Amino acid sequence: MQHGSARQETSVPPNTTPGNVTFNRGALAITGDWTLPAYQAIEQQLSRLPLHSRKPDTLDLANLGRIDTAGASLLADFLGPDRLEGFVENDPVLERDTAALLRIVARSLGQWKEPDIAEAPILSRWLSHIGERVESLGLLLWQLLGFMGQTLATLFSVLPHPGRWRVTAFVAAVQDTGLNALPIVALLTFLVGAVVAFLGATVLEDFGATIYTVNLVAFSFLREFGVLLAAILLAGRTASSFTAHIGAMKVNEELDAIRTLGLNPVELLVLPRVLAMMVSLPILTFVGMIAGMVGGALVCVLSLDISLGQFLAIVERDIALRHFLVGLSKAPVLAFLIAVIGCLEGFKVGGSAQSVGEHTTSSVVQSIFTVILLDAIAALFFMEMGW
Amino acid sequence: MTSIIQVRELCNRFGDNVVHLGLDLDLRRREILGVVGGSGTGKSVLLRSIIGLHRPTYGQIRIFGKNLLTLPPPERSKLEQRFGVLFQGGALFTSLNLQENVAIPLMEHIGLSRPDAEKLARVKLALTGLPASAARKYPSELSGGMVKRASLARALALDPEILFLDEPTAGLDPIGAAAFDQLLVTLRNALGLTVFLVTHDLDTLYATCDRVAVLSQQRVIIADTLERVAADPDPWIQDYFQGPRGRAASRAADDDRANPHGDGN
Ligand SMILES: Nc1ncnc2c1ncn2[C@@H]1O[C@H](COP(=O)(O)OP(=O)(O)OP(=O)(O)O)[C@@H](O)[C@H]1O
Ligand SMILES: [Mg+2]
Repeated sequence: MQHGSARQETSVPPNTTPGNVTFNRGALAITGDWTLPAYQAIEQQLSRLPLHSRKPDTLDLANLGRIDTAGASLLADFLGPDRLEGFVENDPVLERDTAALLRIVARSLGQWKEPDIAEAPILSRWLSHIGERVESLGLLLWQLLGFMGQTLATLFSVLPHPGRWRVTAFVAAVQDTGLNALPIVALLTFLVGAVVAFLGATVLEDFGATIYTVNLVAFSFLREFGVLLAAILLAGRTASSFTAHIGAMKVNEELDAIRTLGLNPVELLVLPRVLAMMVSLPILTFVGMIAGMVGGALVCVLSLDISLGQFLAIVERDIALRHFLVGLSKAPVLAFLIAVIGCLEGFKVGGSAQSVGEHTTSSVVQSIFTVILLDAIAALFFMEMGW
Repeated sequence: MTSIIQVRELCNRFGDNVVHLGLDLDLRRREILGVVGGSGTGKSVLLRSIIGLHRPTYGQIRIFGKNLLTLPPPERSKLEQRFGVLFQGGALFTSLNLQENVAIPLMEHIGLSRPDAEKLARVKLALTGLPASAARKYPSELSGGMVKRASLARALALDPEILFLDEPTAGLDPIGAAAFDQLLVTLRNALGLTVFLVTHDLDTLYATCDRVAVLSQQRVIIADTLERVAADPDPWIQDYFQGPRGRAASRAADDDRANPHGDGN
């Protein structure tokens, strides 16, 4: 493997001559440097040569400068690997190293059979695309129902065995999904509360009924906005993090490792997250209701001449407890759905980073959609029931 | 002989874990340098430090006479195009299929059109011994050894001057590993490559390396020809080269030398 140091210096790229090819009466002459930077130029030259130059009688490599795998592959492609190898074998002056390179490129290309790929016509591709989308939509729903069932089944099989409760993971998830989200939920609902109060005041002023702003803020936050805003925030913040976390584990084959260790990924990864969400979201909802009403109260005090005492008195007199319960009762259900969607999308991730991104997007879209849809259905239901 | 990479007094520390302490190493032009050492002695960290992915705690690294970490970004990119890296884990882009993986640097840096780049990419894939059917597959659909080959093809994409290989033959079958050894030597001879080769594979060491550097006790304890390294009295080196595997590989290499070019070229 030792090589003479006499050639050491030639490997420093000196004055380079661009690669060139000429065809003259059956003799193909290759000169200059056949290296990657000259790839396109050489390729153009080759394409201008007449067709029969692909089967030359002789190949003249005497004035070849440097050649790398790119140049060798051009040559092999032009002449065909077998013919190139034949020329190389019979070339008396060719340097041994260059010959070895040409030979190895020609051989590997010779073993390489291009697979042909058939392109379907555009109409049938379009139709099959629509079919695929519809089918995947149905599959999505089916898988979600199945996964919810699996989660509940695992929950009930774990419940009687306190030894299998993952308390640490649960507490960590509560901290992440609940505690860490508190400030942003509080701030957001506070601002929306103030906005609702302003809107109410503007509209009600014409009727001389600005005092009802208090009822508007309290009703809307207890029944709807507290839980809705908190749920949407968690859908964006937590469902995406569940998907990305579980998806990255899937890409890294960690889920397979969990299974082969005889553990259940649903029990290990999904249950603590789902339960933590079901604890966190009601708490966040409560905080959201309070913060929204504080925001509304601030606007009332500062710009509507309703004192804080008056505000509280109206709330106590006019707002029944059931409004609070109606709002709060939705929180665990929404939390369950958000968490399950986030985890399921994580499990659906394929083997690539791109797939993690796609499923994270999908989990956020799905969970926000579900939250709003379910909230609308619930509003109808509660209204019909007169609650 | 000129050395194109100089590492001087390199120190690397992660918290309390001192990985390198006063490490010196030279990589000479056109040589294949094998880097060996026990697991966790910092071979991969050394490689990452040299190619500028890891900022050393202390010490100087010059590659083509320049310090990568202090270069302005355009010059750094120019320099980086002159070396190819095969990472220990493969590090293929999972969202691209194999020929796209290899074609990316060709399109970005050389400005080839996509069909040209992909054609050339297929040549590189063929060179590393992958079958044609693999070109349109995604990394997640491949076996471990195929991932290794594809990442070698990507490292070779720009026909670089220096190749950094982190355990390229781990996960290859013995036939594939031998073909890899031959490919490496052919490329070095024909293209004048310089190779920094981290390996645990004794056969590769015997078949390809001009010099071997041994990492132990947080530095390079010896960097010399294989014969001289194998004769070093250091107990770890003795265990390494005189253990059952070391002796078998050494015998196999001797047989090869007695009967060269067994493949009939
Ligand atoms: N990012 C990091 N953070 C903390 N410690 C690290 C980091 N990278 C490496 N190390 C530590 O540096 C040491 C050397 O790691 P390195 O990966 O270089 O080993 P290696 O010699 O390549 O081993 P192997 O042969 O198993 O690949 C190890 O102890 C490892 O724990
Ligand atoms: Mg390593």
